Amino acid sequence: MNIERKRKIESIIALAMSGLAAAIGLFWLVYILADVIIHGIGALQLSLFFNDPAPAGVEGGGLRNAFVGQLMITGAATLIGVPVGILGGTFLAEYARGRKFARFISILSDIMVSVPSIVVGAFVYAILIRPFHHFSGWAGAFALSIIMIPVVLRTTEDMLSLVPWTLREAAFALGAPYYKVIIQVVYRGAATGILTGVLLSIARVAGETAPLLFTSFNNNFFSWDMNRPIASLTATIFQYAMGPYKSWHTQAWGAAFVITLFILALTIMGRLAIWWRYKR
Amino acid sequence: MNTQQTRKIRSLAIFPRKNVVDLLFSSLTGVASFTIIIFIIGILVVLVMESSLALGKFGLVNFLTSTTWNPVTQIFGAAPTIYGTFVTTALALLFAIPTAIGIAIFITEIAPNFLKGPIGIAIELLAAIPSIIYGMWGLFTLAPIMSKYVEPALQSTVGKLPFLGFLFKGNPLGIDLLTASVILGIMIIPFTASIARDAFNLTPAVIKESAYAIGATRWEVVKNVVLPYSKLGVFGGVALSLGRALGETMAVAFVLGNNHKIATSLLDAASTITVSLANEFTEADSDMYLSSLYYLALVLFVMSFIILAISKFFLLKAERRYSR
Amino acid sequence: MKKIAAFALAAVLAMGAAAHAEEMLNGAGATFPYPVYSAWANEYNKVSGVKLNYQSIGSGGGIKQITERTVDFGATDKPLKPEELAKDNLLQFPAVIGGVVPVVNISGIKSGELKLDSETVCKIYLGEIKTWNDAMIKKLNPTLNLPGSEITVVHRSDGSGTTAIFTDYLSGVCPAWKEKVGSGTSVSWPSGIGGKGNEGVANYVQQTSNSIGYVEFAYAKQNNLTYTQLKNHAGAFVEPSFESFEDAAATASFDPKKDFYLWLNDAPGNKSWPIAGATFILLAKEKKDSNMKVVKFYDWAFKNGDGKAKELIYVPLPNSLKGKIEAYWKSNGIK
Repeated sequence: MNIERKRKIESIIALAMSGLAAAIGLFWLVYILADVIIHGIGALQLSLFFNDPAPAGVEGGGLRNAFVGQLMITGAATLIGVPVGILGGTFLAEYARGRKFARFISILSDIMVSVPSIVVGAFVYAILIRPFHHFSGWAGAFALSIIMIPVVLRTTEDMLSLVPWTLREAAFALGAPYYKVIIQVVYRGAATGILTGVLLSIARVAGETAPLLFTSFNNNFFSWDMNRPIASLTATIFQYAMGPYKSWHTQAWGAAFVITLFILALTIMGRLAIWWRYKR
Repeated sequence: MNTQQTRKIRSLAIFPRKNVVDLLFSSLTGVASFTIIIFIIGILVVLVMESSLALGKFGLVNFLTSTTWNPVTQIFGAAPTIYGTFVTTALALLFAIPTAIGIAIFITEIAPNFLKGPIGIAIELLAAIPSIIYGMWGLFTLAPIMSKYVEPALQSTVGKLPFLGFLFKGNPLGIDLLTASVILGIMIIPFTASIARDAFNLTPAVIKESAYAIGATRWEVVKNVVLPYSKLGVFGGVALSLGRALGETMAVAFVLGNNHKIATSLLDAASTITVSLANEFTEADSDMYLSSLYYLALVLFVMSFIILAISKFFLLKAERRYSR
Repeated sequence: MKKIAAFALAAVLAMGAAAHAEEMLNGAGATFPYPVYSAWANEYNKVSGVKLNYQSIGSGGGIKQITERTVDFGATDKPLKPEELAKDNLLQFPAVIGGVVPVVNISGIKSGELKLDSETVCKIYLGEIKTWNDAMIKKLNPTLNLPGSEITVVHRSDGSGTTAIFTDYLSGVCPAWKEKVGSGTSVSWPSGIGGKGNEGVANYVQQTSNSIGYVEFAYAKQNNLTYTQLKNHAGAFVEPSFESFEDAAATASFDPKKDFYLWLNDAPGNKSWPIAGATFILLAKEKKDSNMKVVKFYDWAFKNGDGKAKELIYVPLPNSLKGKIEAYWKSNGIK
């Protein structure tokens, strides 16, 4: 076999392997999603959404308290995390642009995005739970916001940097102070990007379990009280999936399905927004 | 970012002048960005304070190398959990890196244009799936498959080899290091894949075209041009996946078996730092126990921080060198 | 934009306001009594409107959280000694009695068929007996068809009162166990995989062939797990049941002066189940208000919850003991 053919065959084999790799990657995605959909759809009944948990081993329970709790905790985390993240990103991209410590904070922020979330939970337990002697939804929200802020901060910084300098120049030329330039011109220009960052950060924390385990704890009953333990979908999935009861397993799949759907929808929405905005 | 811009901003920042609102706004945003530093330092300080009891009793080297984790005698050592963390992470990388690089090559070099977008999104969706879903799926779907088919098959083939055989001893339960590593591996594929893809895309078309012009095959271009060019980016991606894998809790908590022992076989149960924290934190009933758990958290935090910093270093270097 | 902010603010304030609308008590601890506590809490909520949120995180967790005062009450199957209670300023009283039973997953073996004794259980958990068809097990079960498969030992991964009861029993009847492992809510297990809570152990045994675990009997019953017989102190083989648990508790003498500290293992009766225990409630002495509310719940449970407890094969406390507990509450000013 001459060397040309050998190289060609080598190329085909190698590229086929990479195609195989892509297929493997896609295979896992499809397999996991299919499993979640198949098991989850079967568990979707009205009782899942409108009933509160039944006692251990008793049929007919639902996860109403967990759905509401999850919404409240994620909502509170968003209220805390998004403004801080956007403002922080604004500082790095505007007032501190080019400065060394802006670079430094940016790098630290990237690291914080991937920090182990259970360590964040242990941290919040030490500063917010132990001194005050009760678990609380607010502490859980705070723990989630610690994870959210770096994500929002970095995407905001990146998106604001994409806005051309000339836009700001034009506003300065009209005599606007910097803060007005930022709020009325730059934010407008980067709005879609910032929104995507927010959506992605919500998608990130909506599925977190570990930080909630020692902060918002869990609650078998329906509650609006964020100042006390509150149920969350993720902590409940953890509890139910590890338990022996078939009814728990079914509910866990149902909850998993809803959460996955919600997070995937947010992710896709965010990406679509970017694609729509920047395609022209 | 030119000097004109810098000068303008510096002048605004140094001389806020008449505008109070500007001063307030810049301070507000400044404080907001400072929270990152506050959090990192805060976490470090709190972890050190909480683990001071265990630090005092066990010291550094002793804690890291001691294999005892005995709540009855109150002697705690991190070696089993550090071992579990390393093994699951290393195996996960072994499974994930080739697949991820393969995916990146496929997306950048082989896939027709209309496929690039959807496959990219599909990989991102894999990253978006919450880790607890991975864990649950692992327990209910993967573990039984591993236990019934994969592990017995491995036992009867590789398990009989002289040097590798010890890796597959024991009862194939599906609740063990191997299953946990597979799940972790699947989880971290997207991180390396998307960073590698971005790194591959940075290769200037000119250089690739030159290689094609002298008759290189597709694979030769990838192997000899694209890969060396994007080395730094790929390392950065691998390090990021490593950092993420280190901190994973829920994906492995269901299928690891929670045994504080250094397991010699991949089919044994084990424990990682994150899983120990998740299982034992709310119930450590003595101060020394809780302090030891915080000590574990400190070790994990420092390890992750260092590895993520290394990842960032490589990624920045790649960016700086190649994005002209 | 401003409207969104205003709405968000209103929502947050509303959450705070609604907080005081209902009564909620938070407790955490033993997974041992979780089935009966959650059943009682469900009933109690219907009659009184009070929500008793009980999180089953293991006895270790119950002890830890009440010591930290992050919950209103802790629950533990491992009783604390009076000096330990005094150190953390805690009160303690028993709530219900149950039994810890070995459960197995061997194809072809049904509940109550397999006979084990203290020596075999001990050796299995020490890792010395490795297969189901071991000579020692065969000797106790000559007619059963036992496979040669390796035994998978399932134990607890968290701090567990059930473990405390189980290991206290093993330490009492098996000197090798006492020396090598000891007893406690969390021990250094020689082998096996760890499940989180009674729930986790039940789950793993269900999923894993040729496994053995130990769970509170309600978990075995609710999930149709295969339980075994055990040889008791008197030398008879007994099945876990209401009668055998009741027999184990019959000679027990709980002393309020010692804060009811007592283990029920290896009871002497002919029909006694050898691994039984009471499960206890811990209260922080200084939290008088919430203690009175917790006591109100258990008082209601003592008067109305016996039927539910029996249904789940827990043994309600004998009336004399309930009387002693009531006196204990009164003397501590919480009733």
